[in-house]
Amino acid sequence: MRYLPKSPSERQEMLDAIGVKSVEELFQSIPARFRLKDPLRLPGPLSEQEIIGYFRARAEENARGYTSFLGAGVYQHLRSVVPDAIVQRGEFLTSYTPYQAEISQGTLAAIFEFQTLMCQLTGQEVANASMYDGSTALTEAALMAERLTSRRRVLVARTLHPEYRQVLQTYAKHLGLTVEEIGFSGAGQLDTSALSSVSLADVAAVVVQSPNFFGVLESLPALAETVHPSGALLVTAITEAVSLGLVCPPIEADIVAMEGQSLGVAPSYGGPYVGVIATREKFVRQMPGRLAGQTADAAGRRGFVLTLATREQHIRREKATSNICTNEALYALAATIHLCLLGKQGLREMAAQNLAKARFAQAELEKIPGVKTAFSGPTFNEFVMEFPRSVKLINAELLREQMIGPLPLGQFYPDQTKRGLICVTETMPREEIERMVVSMKRILSKPL
Amino acid sequence: MYPADFRYTKEHEWIKVDGDTGTIGITDYAQHELGDVVFVELPKVGTKLKAGQSLGTVESVKAVSEIYCPVAGEVTEVNAMLANAPEKLNQDPHGSAWLVKLKLANKSEVQSLMDAAAYQSYVAEKDKETSA
Amino acid sequence: MSRNSSKIKKARSHVNQNEGLIFERSAPGKRGFELPPLDVPPVDAAQALGAGFVRDQIEGFPEVSEIEVIRHFTRLSTWNYAIDLGMYPLGSCTMKYNPRVNEFVARLDGLATEHPYQPAEVAQGCLRILYDLQECLLEITGMDAATLEPAAGAQGELAGLLVIRAYLESQGNARKKILIPDSAHGTNPASVIIAGYEVKNIKSNARGQLDTDHLREFATEDVAALMLTNPTTLGVFEERIAEIAEILHERGAFLYMDGANMNALAGVARPGDFGVDVMHLNLHKTFSTPHGGGGPGAGPVMVKKIFEPFLPVPVVVQKEGGRFALDFNRPHSIGRVRAYCGNFGVLLRALAYTLAYGPGIRQATEDAVVNANYIRNGLEPYFDLPYNLPSMHEVVFSDARQKKHGVNTMDIAKRLIDYGFHPYTTAFPLIVPGALMIEPTESESKEECDLFVDAMRSIAEEAASNPELVKTAPHSTRVGRLDEVGAARKPILRWKP
Repeated sequence: MRYLPKSPSERQEMLDAIGVKSVEELFQSIPARFRLKDPLRLPGPLSEQEIIGYFRARAEENARGYTSFLGAGVYQHLRSVVPDAIVQRGEFLTSYTPYQAEISQGTLAAIFEFQTLMCQLTGQEVANASMYDGSTALTEAALMAERLTSRRRVLVARTLHPEYRQVLQTYAKHLGLTVEEIGFSGAGQLDTSALSSVSLADVAAVVVQSPNFFGVLESLPALAETVHPSGALLVTAITEAVSLGLVCPPIEADIVAMEGQSLGVAPSYGGPYVGVIATREKFVRQMPGRLAGQTADAAGRRGFVLTLATREQHIRREKATSNICTNEALYALAATIHLCLLGKQGLREMAAQNLAKARFAQAELEKIPGVKTAFSGPTFNEFVMEFPRSVKLINAELLREQMIGPLPLGQFYPDQTKRGLICVTETMPREEIERMVVSMKRILSKPL
Repeated sequence: MYPADFRYTKEHEWIKVDGDTGTIGITDYAQHELGDVVFVELPKVGTKLKAGQSLGTVESVKAVSEIYCPVAGEVTEVNAMLANAPEKLNQDPHGSAWLVKLKLANKSEVQSLMDAAAYQSYVAEKDKETSA
Repeated sequence: MSRNSSKIKKARSHVNQNEGLIFERSAPGKRGFELPPLDVPPVDAAQALGAGFVRDQIEGFPEVSEIEVIRHFTRLSTWNYAIDLGMYPLGSCTMKYNPRVNEFVARLDGLATEHPYQPAEVAQGCLRILYDLQECLLEITGMDAATLEPAAGAQGELAGLLVIRAYLESQGNARKKILIPDSAHGTNPASVIIAGYEVKNIKSNARGQLDTDHLREFATEDVAALMLTNPTTLGVFEERIAEIAEILHERGAFLYMDGANMNALAGVARPGDFGVDVMHLNLHKTFSTPHGGGGPGAGPVMVKKIFEPFLPVPVVVQKEGGRFALDFNRPHSIGRVRAYCGNFGVLLRALAYTLAYGPGIRQATEDAVVNANYIRNGLEPYFDLPYNLPSMHEVVFSDARQKKHGVNTMDIAKRLIDYGFHPYTTAFPLIVPGALMIEPTESESKEECDLFVDAMRSIAEEAASNPELVKTAPHSTRVGRLDEVGAARKPILRWKP
């Protein structure tokens, strides 16, 4: 087998040195009745070419060549070829958690840069070395708020990504944490009058997303003014990190939970991505996940180490801040490289192009009779349109023309079957927007 | 080494009584076992503690140790200096690096703790165990 | 003091480049990426969003060119040790070769580009990959049903425990406790807490195995499950595994297996056959997906039939006519543990690995066990072996002999760096004071194993003859031992201008 570096005679030499006659002897500690007699029924072995063939065939069964208007937490953005070339260097790809700092300075320095970039983007004081993804980062942020406030009630905006809410529910259920939802206004923002009518005295955190699941920006300064006097924390989720190139960072938030997929990570059917938690310096000891810190060796040379590890499971075990053990280091690295390439100007330009293209698409769609913008609040690169018929029916027709249409909101909000969430990023050519609008017009002009 | 006017616990805390107030810290043996202290977490003033209840934690780079309250009482003061200078716990554990002051619930509880001589022989015994 | 001893055969020092932080290279006006021109009318952000929503330029954000980015990160990369450079015997982490073809297929157009919400009609390829992987993992573990959603082993543990809890609740009593041996990984107790259970630690016996008398005593009707790593963190198979499962099952409790050490079993024995009810796998260990400097991983959970209704949503299913779909209609499900369908890119790499071996995966397991035993055999005369039981894929020594010279496991580990190896795992499992936990994996040749044994013997000699040399190691790295105490007392967690 091509991955195994031993010749038959070397295997024999090694068995001789160990002092056993056959390899079976080394498995004697497994009771005989549990040792497999027959080979496993697995496909393979396949050569490299056959493996590539299998996966190429699978790729053909997907949406290759389709134009997609899906966002909803996962975004198509331009990526330089550079990050991928660098993350495939074996020194980054095939190393592990940098516990041995002297031979892991590459990974540690990159994490330190990642933490810095995440602070700059979010306007927060500290950020960790990354979480699994946005949904788990958000959940961990809510649990962190519970520890910081010693309160057990969390209010969550219904405009928070529905799957993030589901993950939070799964974790909260057995920790004695109650999660309650707050509805939204006609602007597509958290309903502030509903929030003001609730007593926040025993609330650990109010959780909002901005831009939210409808693509609408929430007014964080105003929310903070409502939330903070009661001693509750404002937790803000961000699923579209590119928005931070243009939109005010959530400096009013006490904890920010972000999905970093937009920052140079491929959609890859849902993962792996890179979650981020950023917060105020005074809360750092309640933050979950790894942290790299700057220090020096005995000769005074700058170096980096994993630090504040006593928060973590391998030391504190059942009293740890979280059970998280890995981070998404490789994708944190990809995001770091991506952001360094884009730089100050590039990120802003990318964000500005998203805004311009989304606005263009929205204006074109509004020209179709019976189609209107659903919410009045300000949007970045995603927006909800209301159609005269079910979005699912429209999409079935668009699919025949190799277009994946708006995300049917009815999937998550059962009363909104005629509303669809549309995402337009800088990757979408004008002709494709126009093609979609033309098709949409034709589909809607046909009688049902 | 171990002040004669202190009382000691098996978990290596000390307490010094002045009237109704007890000052609590960890012993030199404890700081030595912990290694370089990097963080100290203490309770809020007003917290009521029972004997044997955790009053906080002391952290080194790779370990966390609970500090147990030797006797019952209410926290009247915590040593704010330790927040910015945890290293003092290694340098002066029996003096300036005390942890909390308690208003004692029951002064007589202190009598059940070890005196300096008893503690001295207790840690000597511990040292023998670990070198054996 | 001889730093570059002639005994060091695998490595020697060479020049590597100095490099600061990327922020220190920044200068206004430089850039490393250009966007295509905008093909729609530009929009004034302040007008479109409202001035209150628009931010200023990001203070301190880098401005650098493409070549500077390439050099910066390439230089950083040369400061790392990696499997691609040599043996990485980090016990319990299974640092095996990460096949390059896995990386290639994960980046294919039509796979890397796919969106998790695209309709099933145009996601059949992704769904089939998930389904095929499930089938392979079920065959390898001997279990009945699987979820691929958990993003890592620790999340798999949580999902598995929640599934057990949901099943017990459906039977009327969730019970209160989870038993965990003292040799377990720290994520086990941390996960138990999130699942709403209490941790009850049980001691290993003098042989480092689970004490079945203890288990009988502790497995009360309050106990929901025992979380067991098998082979244990000592690299030893629990000989009484059948009895352990029986004791638990008699009392209505379950056996959860942490599959961290599956690299000792794949193709040789199946947890489903020896009484395991629920387990997770770490695909970045046994199934070769790259560790990537600390992640991403994936932690699929495999269960016996009775637990299937409780698996997280969505579940990948095959429908009549062979089409694949995501099933959300699972009323008894524990819910979601992660958005979308898990770490798809990791899962497909694991499938590529499994397809490469097929039934031949047994050979990988055998070679891993041969390597561990060969190293054990070579090092037994020089290092203390606290538990003298048959080793499987890894072996745990202690530093008891070297301690006499004031040299501990961390010192030996640091000196190993000078010899051109990544250290083994230090100070774990907790039941071995001063542990040296060595897991070579099947990816090491006889020659590499010989060099390792040679290096360890040489360090054992140095520990006796020149302990200072070992205690001040490493001597050949860019930086010496770093001040971790200072880093923790006054944390500097970001660059500032």
